[in-house]
Amino acid sequence: MENEIGGLNPFRKETRTWLEENCPLTMRGQIKDVNDLYWGGRQGAFPSDDHKVWFERMHAKGWIAPHWDKKYGGGGLSDREHKILMEEMARLRCKPPLFSFGLAMLGPALLKFASETQKEHYLNDIVNAKIRWCQGYSEPNAGSDLAGLQMKAEDKGDHYLVNGSKIWTSFGDLADWIFCLVRTNSEGKKQDGISFMLIDMQSEGTATRPIRLISGKSPFTETFFNDVKVPKENLVGELNKGWTIAKYLLTHERQMIGGIGETDEKLNVLEIVNDAIGSVNGKLNDTILRTALARHEMNREIFALTIDRAIDEAKAGNDSGALSSLFKYYGTELNVEAMELIMSASGSDALMMDDSADKHAFLARRFLRSKGNTIEGGTSEVQLNIISKNILGLPIK
Amino acid sequence: MLVINEEQKMLKASVRDFLAIQSPLAALRKLRDEKNSDGIDRQLWGGMCEMGLTGLTISEAFGGLDFGYLGLGLVLEETGRTLTASPLISTVLLSTTAINLAGSAAQKKALLPELARGQLIMALAHEEKAHHDPGHVATKAELRRDGYVLNGHKTFVLDGHIADKFIVVARTAGKVDDAKGIALFLVDATAKGLKVERTQMMDSRNAAKISFENVLVPKDQLMEAGDYDTLVKIFDIGCIGLAAEMLGSAQECFERTLAYLKERRQFGVPIGSFQALQHRAAKMFIDIELCKSVVIKALKAIDDGTPDLSRMASLAKAKLGETIKLVSNEAIQMHGGIGMTDDAEIGFFLKRGRVAQQTLGDYPYHLDRFARLRGF
Ligand SMILES: Cc1cc2nc3c(=O)[nH]c(=O)nc-3n(C[C@H](O)[C@H](O)[C@H](O)COP(=O)(O)OP(=O)(O)OC[C@H]3O[C@@H](n4cnc5c(N)ncnc54)[C@H](O)[C@@H]3O)c2cc1C
Repeated sequence: MENEIGGLNPFRKETRTWLEENCPLTMRGQIKDVNDLYWGGRQGAFPSDDHKVWFERMHAKGWIAPHWDKKYGGGGLSDREHKILMEEMARLRCKPPLFSFGLAMLGPALLKFASETQKEHYLNDIVNAKIRWCQGYSEPNAGSDLAGLQMKAEDKGDHYLVNGSKIWTSFGDLADWIFCLVRTNSEGKKQDGISFMLIDMQSEGTATRPIRLISGKSPFTETFFNDVKVPKENLVGELNKGWTIAKYLLTHERQMIGGIGETDEKLNVLEIVNDAIGSVNGKLNDTILRTALARHEMNREIFALTIDRAIDEAKAGNDSGALSSLFKYYGTELNVEAMELIMSASGSDALMMDDSADKHAFLARRFLRSKGNTIEGGTSEVQLNIISKNILGLPIK
Repeated sequence: MLVINEEQKMLKASVRDFLAIQSPLAALRKLRDEKNSDGIDRQLWGGMCEMGLTGLTISEAFGGLDFGYLGLGLVLEETGRTLTASPLISTVLLSTTAINLAGSAAQKKALLPELARGQLIMALAHEEKAHHDPGHVATKAELRRDGYVLNGHKTFVLDGHIADKFIVVARTAGKVDDAKGIALFLVDATAKGLKVERTQMMDSRNAAKISFENVLVPKDQLMEAGDYDTLVKIFDIGCIGLAAEMLGSAQECFERTLAYLKERRQFGVPIGSFQALQHRAAKMFIDIELCKSVVIKALKAIDDGTPDLSRMASLAKAKLGETIKLVSNEAIQMHGGIGMTDDAEIGFFLKRGRVAQQTLGDYPYHLDRFARLRGF
């Protein structure tokens, strides 16, 4: 056990010093929105010089993907060292040097299912921020019922020919490549005819159309594939075995959204509510809000403990993989609740929809965006279905 | 690490095996139906003492096992599953803790070995009204030449009807709600002027109303470190132990309900195939997973002596209070008419759950306290 009193563990000490010396001050603290992050990719500009400095320093350390193998561009840290690094970054409130779906979603799936050649190629490109990835799962008629997807990939001998469309592709217009679920067999069980395919968005026949959201922003696209030729080596895993990869990747996505990934920083609800409402004799000056906030903070603290416990259980060899639905469901419900509390507390200040310099101006968009948390990555209802079926063993009608 | 080690797993498993045979839920029903005058099974208690459960939190120097509160918590979780009525809470969780924390060297030497051997049933007499309130003490202890004279009354004294000895919270100075002036006394059940009236509670366990009329307590029965802060610490530990018991009850109650959802058929299908029930079951599952995390963390906080024990105690007691209510209410609803019958065992969880969540402070009390301790 690490002795926190009689001096820090050497790796922690070294890491803390290095971060303190190397993380620029503007790269610490609250992330305002997606534009406050470096996403990499061909079109990816650094939001600021400090973002560039921070990325380059972390990159040189191998700490873009600290726990991946060195031959894939990772830092080769052990689980323990990785955890320490994450804790130390959280302590200084460091922003992630690179935020990307490649790191959080595709990477883990490739590590588990891709060929050695694919791993070396794609993982290094992710770490070096050369390629920005987007996710091509949902289709207009396949949302919650994802396995009902129809976008087709036909075997044409030396390549696959892809036809169909995807929807809700987050940052489809900014991404270079897309990881897709495609139908390669229309017979039999719908899950057994799906393959996992990597497609260059610059291929002839691809197109995107932006979708505007209630937040006024347009981070999504509809993505079209019209006779797109995809090289055979872009298939990941076996033909028609893509569903397993899809589900594995989803557990990582759900963890990222649910907050286990610790990259997407939460707003400090307590601080914001306190600032807005004020207190009398140390008690929040609104008894109804105070009760709601107390319940929220209680659950938030215990949810954080539950994440710790799941990690400890995994280390002790007790399987907790089935719990990703729990984390997705509960983490996003908490997020949504937090935004509701902030909205209640902030009143009309939080209703300003312009991008003015007012310190509250970002809240309205954050609130509107939060509504998507309980939909993206599988809705809350779908997570409850998964828990009922896979964990509780309740019968399907 | 928020997981238990091999030794702790073994303790938990052996207690579970023991209780499955010696104290299934039917045992509680039997005690109730035969109107047992003790309200506990002395033979069962003897067996629990033999297993060393009374000495879990007593150091080896006094004949205990020094196993710590995590160990006691695991035992309580198991007795929560079987709803075992025993003096584990009154005597081990509360009174032994009080003596460990507040007793003088002589008091420890006199009482701890007896407690470890299970020869003494003790009860903590504190509450004076229907809601938990640590500072609310009107019972007076006046110092005279030959000792302290106690006057006042207590209510909801767990196992008060069978206690050999009481730990009585009384005030030597100050007004009713003052923190200052609170002291703890050891009082024999046979003391003159002390009256005990058994109150059977909804959970078929027993508490007592106690009154003191000029009860003379020798000076050396004042507990050395028995002030308000110590009292709060005893309650914090008590809350965490109760939370562990409630965790066991919530799990058992939920598992029984889940089994019923799979077995009971209506409209030609198991009722567990209805999504309206599935989602409610899934939410209960999540709450119970959360409860497991806070209980193990809080138990470890006692053993580790962390400074934020009060916050952890309120966090655990609030969450378990909320969850046991939810789970036991849903259990009745999901059992339909059967759930309302005395024949079915599921109602016992509702009843114990309500008493446990009230003991040492209910959900609103601890939610409010948690918020205060978090600074808002
Ligand atoms: C912000 C955001 C980002 C996204 N990013 C991406 C992305 O990058 N790539 C991608 O592929 N997709 C993405 N999505 C799509 C997302 O995965 C889907 O929106 C989601 O899976 C729900 O599908 P749907 O929109 O078709 O809703 P539907 O499936 O039509 O659901 C409508 C309602 O019906 C309920 N429902 C459906 N089936 C059931 C059932 N069996 N039981 C109970 N209730 C049910 C749902 O819970 C929901 O409330 C994103 C979505 C959002 C909001």
